[in-house]
Amino acid sequence: MAKHHVAATVNGDGVEFLCETDETLLDVLRNQLGLTGTKEGCSTGDCGACSVTVDDRLVCSCLMLGVEAGGKSITTIEGMADGEALHPLQKKFIEHAALQCGICTPGFLVAAKSLLERTPDPTETEVRYWLAGNLCRCTGYDKIVRAVLDAAAEMRGA
Amino acid sequence: MQEKVKDAPASPFQWVGSRPERPDGVDKVTGRARFGADMAMAGQLVGRVLRSPHAHARIRSIDTRAALKLPGVKAVVTRDDFKDQPSEFIPAGEMMINYRDVVRNVMAREKVLFEGHAVAAVAATSAAIAKQALKLIKVDYEVLPHVIDVVEAMQPGAPLLDEGLITAGVEPAPNKPSNVAKRVEFALGDIEAGFKQAAVVIERSFTTKPVHQGYIEPHACVASVSEDGQAELWVTTQGHWIVRAHCARLLGWDVSQIRVTASEIGGGFGGKTVVYLEPVALALAKKSGRPVKMVMTREEVFRASGPTSGAHLRVKIGARKDGRIVAADAELKYQAGAFPGSPVQPGAMCAFAPYDLENVKVVGYDVVSNRPKVAAYRAPGGPIAEFAVEQVMDDIAKAIGMDPVDLRLKNAAKQGTKAAYGPKFGPVGLIETLEAAKAHAHWRTPLAKNQGRGIASGFWFNIGGETAVSMSLNEDGTLSLTAGTPDIGGLRASLCMMAAEELGIDIGKIRVQIGDTGQLGYNFLTGGSRATFSSGMATVEAAREVIKEACKRAAKLWELPEDAVEYVGGAVRPAGPNAGKHTPMSLKDIAGIAGKTGGPIAGYARINAHGAAPSFATHIADVEVDPDTGRVWVVRYTAIQDAGRAIHPSYVEGQYQGGVAQGIGWALNEEYIYGADGKLQNPGFLDYRVPVASDLPMIDTVIVEVPNPRHPYGVRGVGETPICPPMAAIANAVCNATGVRFTDLPMSPPKVLAALDEARAKGAAKI
Repeated sequence: MAKHHVAATVNGDGVEFLCETDETLLDVLRNQLGLTGTKEGCSTGDCGACSVTVDDRLVCSCLMLGVEAGGKSITTIEGMADGEALHPLQKKFIEHAALQCGICTPGFLVAAKSLLERTPDPTETEVRYWLAGNLCRCTGYDKIVRAVLDAAAEMRGA
Repeated sequence: MQEKVKDAPASPFQWVGSRPERPDGVDKVTGRARFGADMAMAGQLVGRVLRSPHAHARIRSIDTRAALKLPGVKAVVTRDDFKDQPSEFIPAGEMMINYRDVVRNVMAREKVLFEGHAVAAVAATSAAIAKQALKLIKVDYEVLPHVIDVVEAMQPGAPLLDEGLITAGVEPAPNKPSNVAKRVEFALGDIEAGFKQAAVVIERSFTTKPVHQGYIEPHACVASVSEDGQAELWVTTQGHWIVRAHCARLLGWDVSQIRVTASEIGGGFGGKTVVYLEPVALALAKKSGRPVKMVMTREEVFRASGPTSGAHLRVKIGARKDGRIVAADAELKYQAGAFPGSPVQPGAMCAFAPYDLENVKVVGYDVVSNRPKVAAYRAPGGPIAEFAVEQVMDDIAKAIGMDPVDLRLKNAAKQGTKAAYGPKFGPVGLIETLEAAKAHAHWRTPLAKNQGRGIASGFWFNIGGETAVSMSLNEDGTLSLTAGTPDIGGLRASLCMMAAEELGIDIGKIRVQIGDTGQLGYNFLTGGSRATFSSGMATVEAAREVIKEACKRAAKLWELPEDAVEYVGGAVRPAGPNAGKHTPMSLKDIAGIAGKTGGPIAGYARINAHGAAPSFATHIADVEVDPDTGRVWVVRYTAIQDAGRAIHPSYVEGQYQGGVAQGIGWALNEEYIYGADGKLQNPGFLDYRVPVASDLPMIDTVIVEVPNPRHPYGVRGVGETPICPPMAAIANAVCNATGVRFTDLPMSPPKVLAALDEARAKGAAKI
């Protein structure tokens, strides 16, 4: 069967790609567009390592087909920093040592950014429940939650 | 929140003990860092594995002809592509390996021994074609009866996994095969005489379930083999020299033929210390003449890699009225999975290690059954044994009316204590962790309704081992540091800090990388909590070599004997007034004259790191039990542990917190669930539920520092001990909340509710 031709916006740039019907958005990002910052941990929507935003909505890119991205605006971890300037969340994750191995980090950052866009002043509980779809096996979440709360405070002050 | 005790008010160090940003931080928050599955080679094929649908079956034949005919299929491998290996046990860090079993685990030979066992693999031009090809491979199985449970596997008449397996460690040797691979025993004194002195004796049985390491990054590699047999392998692993050794052995190649590069690693916890895909990818690459990429699905990770053992345990402790333990006895039965080699030996060695005892006996059994072969998991074997022992300790404290911290203090191992497994401890910090627990506000905070507090201590040995590190002084005075132990959680930061401390320069002047197997001598893997200890020791040695050479070059320039110069605060200067007046030379100055004073300046440390010292911990857990649902919430947690010296305290705290989180999962949620058909029913993160952010509280840490005298900065390994106490600390807390002793893991809501209902019927429940 012929591949589908899809046009979308990824991290602000127009892109076109061809994909099979059963290829996920995650496959397209990683294998066709070379954006390997988005990770595959389970391919069943349980770990959140593949988190991206699609028209500002947080989704697991392993649960969305590439063809569904047509006409949509997708943001990945590669689109988070502004030129040479890291996003406050990225800075706070480094400062708080909120990562060990780092495989879950892109997903956490994308998810946390999505939280702070909706809830600029979250409680610890709100952070924990919003991030409950992102698995981290290294940190016990303590430093991640602190980094997100600290970034939120800084962004409100900015 | 994060306190640090025993920290000298004015640190003698500029870098050690501070919290600089990690050198790989930016790459990891921007998506630049390249993990196992992030590599692509030009023209690469997709490799996929055909796995057994049966728990136990004899393979009559494998027919790959139809698969090979499918357009796009470039190679197929089966058992015939791997030479059989003799049976011999070879030390591999904390565990032993037998290549006869490794080759069979990588690709089944006579039999499949568990559901998910690899039977064949294909390399094809697309994932879809590879998948289709797997369906065309015809395997003729003779299905055999299987056995999953460890106690059933030990019964006479149980289905035998290996008809030639004779129990080792039993005299005289049994004349019949069984599923019991080995019996181990560690003993001190006379337990019978000891129990006679006891005023109170408590004996209980326990069970634990297999749990998976649960690293978020699945196993992944890319292999390429050129026409002259030179191979490159990119892989996520805890030890690329180990991968090289295993692959060379299984493929019959020279070690020098294979260059292995360790990618960034997305968690390992012991599970990435063995090979699964790697020899298969190399064999497929060789056969097809094309690079081959292989990535496991999450389901394959659960069915075919890891986990650690489930176990049946019996522990008996006797104590006098004053709390002195007079005898301790344990029997441990550990699942090994499909091949011998459970961590029952380290488990038996750990069981009573926190205590200074005269009469101890621990017997362990290593038992095979139709499950995936276990792999190391953070303090392999320790947490299982300590889960049982630390609960019986709690019962002893209750029985004699003693505070559980005081009971542990009364019996605590200290410098000079002879452990039942042999050695005498040097300076160790168990007493300091217990005293810190008593002094902590957590220990005195009142509890609310339906809550309970528990305490448990824990121990892990820690290891050293073969390590090589190189350090080059660059022409502008900066330094390039190359280590060989993959960095899983901040190692590169710690190595830079120790190097900067030695060299007396800014940490920003040192750039560190993890080298490939062609760049350094043999490095044992990142495991046994050895990386910061061993690579740190080698880094210090390499830095001292650079300093020595810098002094030599300045001495040459100044026409002085070498001992007439010294290195202070990042510069070489004449030592004392008699050496004459010379302007001190910084490393930058020295780098500038390197060419004309003898060529490049570098340090290269090649060591077998000795002097690893154990780390002890004491944890305090508060739980709240929902009386209606049986759900247990951990509401407060404090982990106190001796780090020797924390190089980068944030990453030491991170190890404590991460170990606790895994322990909470082990205690409350995680388990492998098998059906009567011998198939795993929960091979995914939806049904194998690891803790998520909303399940956990903040995890307080206290870093105790009793320096290890045998490390230049006092380092002890810290990564593994944190997973030893949580299961018992939580079980003790649940017992205090409910009045019910939980001896079977996990303490999941249905089990807790059923036990509460039973206790309520007898009037024995507190809630």
